[in-house]
Amino acid sequence: MFQTMPLWPARASSMANNVDALYIFLLVVSGMMTLLIFIMVVFFAVRYRKRPGHHAEQIDGSHALEITWSVIPFFVFMVFFGWGAWIYFQERKPPQNAAEVYTVAKQWMWKFEHMEGQREINELHVPIGRDVKMIMTSQDVIHSFFVPAFRIKQDVLPGRYTVAWFHPTKAGTYHLYCAEYCGTQHSGMVGSVVVMEPKDYEAWMGGGGNQPLAVTGERLFSELGCITCHRADTQGRGPTLAGIYNKPVLLEDGRTVTADDNYLRESILQPTAKVVNGFKPIMPTFQGQISDEQLNALVAYVKSLGQQPSGQTGGKSIAAARPQTE
Amino acid sequence: MATAVIETGERETYLNKEYGIKSWLLTVDHKRIALLYLMGITFFFFIGGFFALLIRLELLTPAGDLVQADTYNKLFTMHGQIMVFFFLIPAVPAVLGNFLIPIMIGAKDLAFPRINLLSWYLYMIAGVMMLYTIINGGVDTGWTFYTPLSTEFLNTHVISAGLSIFVAGFSSILTGLNFVVTTHRMRAPGMTWSRLPLFVWAHYATSIIQLLGTPVLAITLVLVVAERLFHLGIFNPALGGDPLLFQHLFWFYSHPAVYIMILPGMGIVSEIVCCFSRKRVFGYQAMALALLGIAVVGFLVWAHHMFVAGISLYAALIFSILSYFVAVPSAIKVFNWTSTMYKGSISYQTPMLYAFGFIGLFTMGGLTGLFLASLGIDVHVTDTYFVVAHFHYIMVGGMVMAYLGGMHFWWPKISGKLYPEAWGRLAALLVFVGFNLTFFPQFVLGYMGMPRRYWDYSHSPEYQILNVLSTAGATVLAVGYLLPMVYFLWSMRYGKPAPDNPWNAAGLEWKIPSPPSTYNFEEQPVVTWEAYNYDELDKRAEEVPVAH
Ligand code: HEM
Ligand SMILES: [Cu+2]
Ligand SMILES: [Cu+2]
Repeated sequence: MFQTMPLWPARASSMANNVDALYIFLLVVSGMMTLLIFIMVVFFAVRYRKRPGHHAEQIDGSHALEITWSVIPFFVFMVFFGWGAWIYFQERKPPQNAAEVYTVAKQWMWKFEHMEGQREINELHVPIGRDVKMIMTSQDVIHSFFVPAFRIKQDVLPGRYTVAWFHPTKAGTYHLYCAEYCGTQHSGMVGSVVVMEPKDYEAWMGGGGNQPLAVTGERLFSELGCITCHRADTQGRGPTLAGIYNKPVLLEDGRTVTADDNYLRESILQPTAKVVNGFKPIMPTFQGQISDEQLNALVAYVKSLGQQPSGQTGGKSIAAARPQTE
Repeated sequence: MATAVIETGERETYLNKEYGIKSWLLTVDHKRIALLYLMGITFFFFIGGFFALLIRLELLTPAGDLVQADTYNKLFTMHGQIMVFFFLIPAVPAVLGNFLIPIMIGAKDLAFPRINLLSWYLYMIAGVMMLYTIINGGVDTGWTFYTPLSTEFLNTHVISAGLSIFVAGFSSILTGLNFVVTTHRMRAPGMTWSRLPLFVWAHYATSIIQLLGTPVLAITLVLVVAERLFHLGIFNPALGGDPLLFQHLFWFYSHPAVYIMILPGMGIVSEIVCCFSRKRVFGYQAMALALLGIAVVGFLVWAHHMFVAGISLYAALIFSILSYFVAVPSAIKVFNWTSTMYKGSISYQTPMLYAFGFIGLFTMGGLTGLFLASLGIDVHVTDTYFVVAHFHYIMVGGMVMAYLGGMHFWWPKISGKLYPEAWGRLAALLVFVGFNLTFFPQFVLGYMGMPRRYWDYSHSPEYQILNVLSTAGATVLAVGYLLPMVYFLWSMRYGKPAPDNPWNAAGLEWKIPSPPSTYNFEEQPVVTWEAYNYDELDKRAEEVPVAH
């Protein structure tokens, strides 16, 4: 009852061809090296086999040869390194305008929240041709977001955000795996990524009735009382949050940090860890009082504040992240 | 000389000097301690192997149908822990190293015979703690103990497993200490550093890693146990800790540990290749330096296990490039072994077959290591079966092959008996074929995306056929491993008595009787020849023709 079995994973993202090209290059080069060694071993074993009248000829070694077979492999290795690093650079640098999907992993499921407010479990719908950035955290242990067809993987950690991004290129349903061992049902922590034609995606989205994530965040912002200190004018007891996302922040201790996702997260959960210059450490902690989903909504809201319509800051929905050319 | 067959029962040897359990349990003779280790290690090898077979049987079908998910997780955890800490790390040093290092350098024993016995007791105590863990229901952290899963989320026997490995670590440290001091202080007159067999150099390099690296593992395990007991918040982010700190500490030991496992194997292969090619090793100096180079640079690459774990982009770049630096000395070694065969006079006895296997499989394991060190590739294949295949090529294809090769090579010396050569060759062939059938398909599986540590893959039935091949290979491999066990035991009773130097090999261990007497040498040997002086040996053998 074997299905038809391809021996190669589907290629469904802009990264897949890059990774495959390097992999094939590595296969060819190391295949040749392996063959070289195998042929030498077999050839010597046969050619110089023990037989009457044949004597071993003692050879001490040769520095020239040793240098040759250190230096040549070394340069070959540097190509492996450089090419691999070049791909990794792209994988680790999400495009500016990428749409964002918040992801919460837990034993043993994946929860996704689109900026438009759609929530999904173990299934993620994305359209062809958009850059999608996953902003991920875990509620318990370490998991790992792995989509073989996209050739991406990123561990998902409790207590912080990690990021992965991809650019789907081909419609279809692809495996989503948890790749970091996470307990009993690790192998059950699987799902699928559904890549759709843009118009199908629009139709799927069109269901409506969802509250965009930033709107949920805005509601929480007032319900939890954040708004009493973080006012839109500069008169509050806390700093104004409009437009701070991805901007430098000067801290009380003289350091300057960038207000990225992890900074926003930490500032809500452990406000005293990094105190903004000119403010007192009076903000209460929200650790343990809000869920990861609520935290994501708050972060999404803060990111949406002071956002220009052209949108150079973050917090974009998939619909808004339409490439400029379209 | 090689014809001198010993009348059994006449001469006093380390084996017949004393009888009775007590004479073994209280021995300080390095050779007897080596045999004590051999029993423990063989026992754990078969336990670990049994778990492996169950894992392979479970993966025969996509559904998780043979054992429960939790049981499966325990199987791969305990398979890994037992194989790594109770077999691979001690196997060659504690058995062959223990037996041979003093003899190879012309000493009566190790520098600290009692500490040597103590390390065996520590190993056994650790082993009993591991058995206690298994019998009480096992542990399912994965051999890597990743936090916070291991510290806060599992209710299995993490503490006894952790402490067991902690104790095993001390056994390993003491063995390393003993070898370092022995190599420095106990060499016979004339046995200069540049005359040491590469086997000794390999153990010297290994011992340094054991001494410097193992304490870090011990500390890490203590922290895991403490966090589990007292919720300290070292690794658990919910308590303010950092789970990546654990990974850094763990791999700071566990990457060098992979060299603890492979370097002694490299030492064995150097001895075998020279002997069966009748040649001096090609580039002695480079071979010795490469061992030390690997040991040192091996300490600087640990975070290549963490490329997707959440380390910074630039840290990843550094650890990637450094990983390629370790590969250079490994490449030198492979080329030099091969060149040693050039213009040799090569025969294909069992040990040499294993050495051939080692060279080929270590090459493939090393080269796939280069895939993993390449960042863009690692992101896709890390934590898949590709990694599983990579390290099994090195540790099973390389290290276990070398261990078996070494056992065959020195068995006549250790036991005083010859093993049956035809069976030996058959087993070597089975191991080679079974191994490749088991692990080659896993490279393909890994690139296709099959994650490691999956109990059930019914959502991805396209992985089945390769898994079936792999399981089939594992059964062949199992037969290949059982055979030597059977005929070694058989030969102890029925084997032909071994001459002192059945291979006409170089090295002090072949100049003393098989099996040796308790103090190895009747009088202090003085070394006047270089290592691997096969030309002289062969010349002498021609003058005194050997009757075979
Ligand atoms: C040529 C030298 C080598 C290179 C460049 C290399 C590279 C790597 C890399 C980058 C990884 C991490 C893969 C990942 O987790 O994504 C890895 C994993 C591993 N390697 Fe190697 N390796 C080499 C040699 C060895 C040797 C000599 C051994 C053992 C004797 C070994 C044993 C292992 C093990 C046990 C793992 C996986 C550990 C785990 O995740 O459980 N490697 N290797
Ligand atoms: Cu998992
Ligand atoms: Cu490593």
